[in-house]
Amino acid sequence: MFDAVVIGAGVVGAMAARELTKNGMKVCVLERENDVAMGATKANSAIVHAGFDAKEGSLKAELNVKGSVMMEQVAKELGVKYKRNGSLVIGFNEEDKKTVEELYERGTKNGVKNLEVIDRARLKEIEPNIGDGAICALYAPTGAIICPYELTLAAIGNAMDNGAELKCNFEVSAIEKTDNGYKVYSGEDFVEAEIVINAAGLYSDTIASMIGDNSFKVTPRRGEYILLDRECGNLTSHTIFRTPSKMGKGILVSPTVDGNLLTGPTSVNIEDKEDKDTTAEGFAHIIKETFENVNNVPFNKTITSFCGLRAAGDTGDFIITSPSKGFINLAGIESPGLSASPAIAKKVTDMLKEQGYTLEENKDFNPIREPMHGFKDLSVEEKNEIIKKDKTFGRIICRCETVTEGEILRAIRTNPRPSDLDGVKRRTRAQMGRCQGGFCSPYIMELLAKENNISIEEVTKSGSGSIMITGKTKDAQ
Amino acid sequence: MTDLVIIGGGPAGMSAAVAAYEAGIRDILILERDNSLGGILQQCIHNGFGLHKFGQELTGPEYAWKYEEKVKELNIPYKLNTMVLDITSDKVITATNATDGVFCIQAKAVILAMGCRERSKGALNIPGSRPAGIYSAGTAQKLVNMKGYMPGKNVVILGSGDIGLIMARRMTLEGAKVHAVCELMPYSGGLARNIEQCLNDFNIPLKLSHTVTKIHGKGRVEAVTISKVDENRKPIPGTEEFIPCDTLLLSVGLIPENELSKSADVTLDRITGGAVVDQNRQTSAEGIFACGNVLHVHDLVDFVSDEAEIAGKAAADYINGRVDEKTNVTIKTDGKVRYTVPQVITSKKDVTVYFRVADVFRNAKITVSGNGEVLLSKKKPKLAPGEMESIKLKKELFENCSEITFALEV
Repeated sequence: MFDAVVIGAGVVGAMAARELTKNGMKVCVLERENDVAMGATKANSAIVHAGFDAKEGSLKAELNVKGSVMMEQVAKELGVKYKRNGSLVIGFNEEDKKTVEELYERGTKNGVKNLEVIDRARLKEIEPNIGDGAICALYAPTGAIICPYELTLAAIGNAMDNGAELKCNFEVSAIEKTDNGYKVYSGEDFVEAEIVINAAGLYSDTIASMIGDNSFKVTPRRGEYILLDRECGNLTSHTIFRTPSKMGKGILVSPTVDGNLLTGPTSVNIEDKEDKDTTAEGFAHIIKETFENVNNVPFNKTITSFCGLRAAGDTGDFIITSPSKGFINLAGIESPGLSASPAIAKKVTDMLKEQGYTLEENKDFNPIREPMHGFKDLSVEEKNEIIKKDKTFGRIICRCETVTEGEILRAIRTNPRPSDLDGVKRRTRAQMGRCQGGFCSPYIMELLAKENNISIEEVTKSGSGSIMITGKTKDAQ
Repeated sequence: MTDLVIIGGGPAGMSAAVAAYEAGIRDILILERDNSLGGILQQCIHNGFGLHKFGQELTGPEYAWKYEEKVKELNIPYKLNTMVLDITSDKVITATNATDGVFCIQAKAVILAMGCRERSKGALNIPGSRPAGIYSAGTAQKLVNMKGYMPGKNVVILGSGDIGLIMARRMTLEGAKVHAVCELMPYSGGLARNIEQCLNDFNIPLKLSHTVTKIHGKGRVEAVTISKVDENRKPIPGTEEFIPCDTLLLSVGLIPENELSKSADVTLDRITGGAVVDQNRQTSAEGIFACGNVLHVHDLVDFVSDEAEIAGKAAADYINGRVDEKTNVTIKTDGKVRYTVPQVITSKKDVTVYFRVADVFRNAKITVSGNGEVLLSKKKPKLAPGEMESIKLKKELFENCSEITFALEV
């Protein structure tokens, strides 16, 4: 019996799980995939928004502004890279200019600090590669960037280090109300808890309906991205948005905390919650708008492209409700969900207190988690200190991102433990560079097989069905 | 201080080391990231290596062994499992391995011989899903030939580069079914002999002017859609063909691995992706030389060895302070000739210029001109991007030029 079960190990579920653990609760996180951060968390714009976008008075506005302020501290505790690089919303014509001014007004009402409307001269000064057509911009110096799956891994890992449990490959199939809480089933298997936090992303409507709450619907919104080589990461220093129109926010261009350049997303509502296909039309759209935003983006330096499905609710706002005592929906958490996630977690504990649950701070809770990568940024002396104790840190496995064997082994042995190649990639950046694992994936497959005590044929790229090897060669048989 | 540090112990690094040794340099260190010398040759277990250099058909490991034996015989020092992290323009090398940790070496001269890597799937923006079962041909080759693992059973190959062709045959021999090799261009970038011996002999269809337009499958590749492309390489609607398969191998180009060259501020050539060099294979950074596939991608390892010998000998001359009579001639190209190596001539001596053409040309005439007149011309019945060409220039020919142009008359 747990105090609380969190359904969904995306950033929202992870931050909630950590917050509940911090508040003395025995927490179990249920995830249907083979790893955490596998839904919208894995594939989004990686932005901590300043908070000027959402309509004043909305939950989105309130939690974004609060979350954005909290994020720096959270990132510090969790050893996650965070950079306050500032963001720009650029306008190309008079109509856009009006929108920029409206955003300024709205942001100021939302409580965003230090907003400024700037002209082309100033824009060009702070962002020299800005597109030739940009005439003005909203400048939000508090905008920041973070890696969403790194944050999620760290939050879950930290919660686990403090006693939380994680069950992967646990797809919730039914929920039963009991006298003192809920029984959450995956087929025959079940977990019992007093409290259920529904952070199931795209499927949060399905989960809610399991206890009879059919009050909202979540629609997948396709967002495709193109990621460029680290040598392009300094093409812009700010995150560059276009003014939002009826068609959505448009394509942004942003450096990432790991030094790549990210462009996207497209924005198309679709039906199928599993359809993460990229499209030729999507790529064309990203490339066209990127060229307007920033000059000379070298798309021949593309290292990968991907598609995420955002969980868009049907109310226009986050859906944070409690349809039944001890059951909280965290649904429709689309953008600015990542930015708001620390504040959403805080809101969960507040709601539970209001419902009469006792939350007592866990005095033994250690909020600190050691950073999982970044060995390459240490000084020669610091590196040699570590290599002296553990030789595997002297051996580079991933050439492109200079990741050592020691870091990979450490990641495989650290909560939440990865069981597939993509899991190692998200934890260490090995295979995430320009050769995309061409050189290092065979080595990592062997490390995973050895560490997890499985055969090489059982090693997967990303969980069920995604085997890497179909058998042995004639000689090896 | 070390006289000569060579980055990479593949065919280029080893033959450069041997050449430098034979030119009198003794204080040499080869740094190799893998666990043996030989580089990519170790996984190239097919034959066809060494015809030019040794007059016999060797396998990759056999060819590598010829040089490895020499390196060992001459007691040229090398460090394995050692990754170079940084090179500065004043030739300080930072490297790491499990025994020495992170260490720095000041070199008098450096030879860059890091080889190349394969262009990845990511660079192609192929629409569809991102399942397991998509490998670059070289990764598949490593798995099959070095590890004894089969990456799949039903294979489609995109790109007809030599590694893709070799792997079509290799996978077939190991019992897999290769359904097609698709090539975006109207011609193959691979060697003619490989098309004959690896595809035609096994009835594997080569689909020219075709590309993969969608990848299907959730966990593992389940199928690919291929389409015919028009003369602008754009897919033609209505030509889609759905091929069920569990594996997509990519052989879509090789990229010289010049990240370290960039850290040393070496000027790179936009076309080759390698350093801009003179006839000695010296880069824009004094005392830093480059050879092999890190300089430009070669078709045959024999030519890599030749080039590395030039660099090794030149590095020895540099260390010993020997200099030739200087000149400064820039070599330009007309676009039909895509690039030349070297790109500049800095000393008054005979030079062999290597080059590649941009398309398939028949009955063409290569001309070398300077100061408004044709200095040299040579007729060729057939030229193709996949086959490297060369022309020897006597020093008298370019003596009075500051610029010469390689062009093609068709």
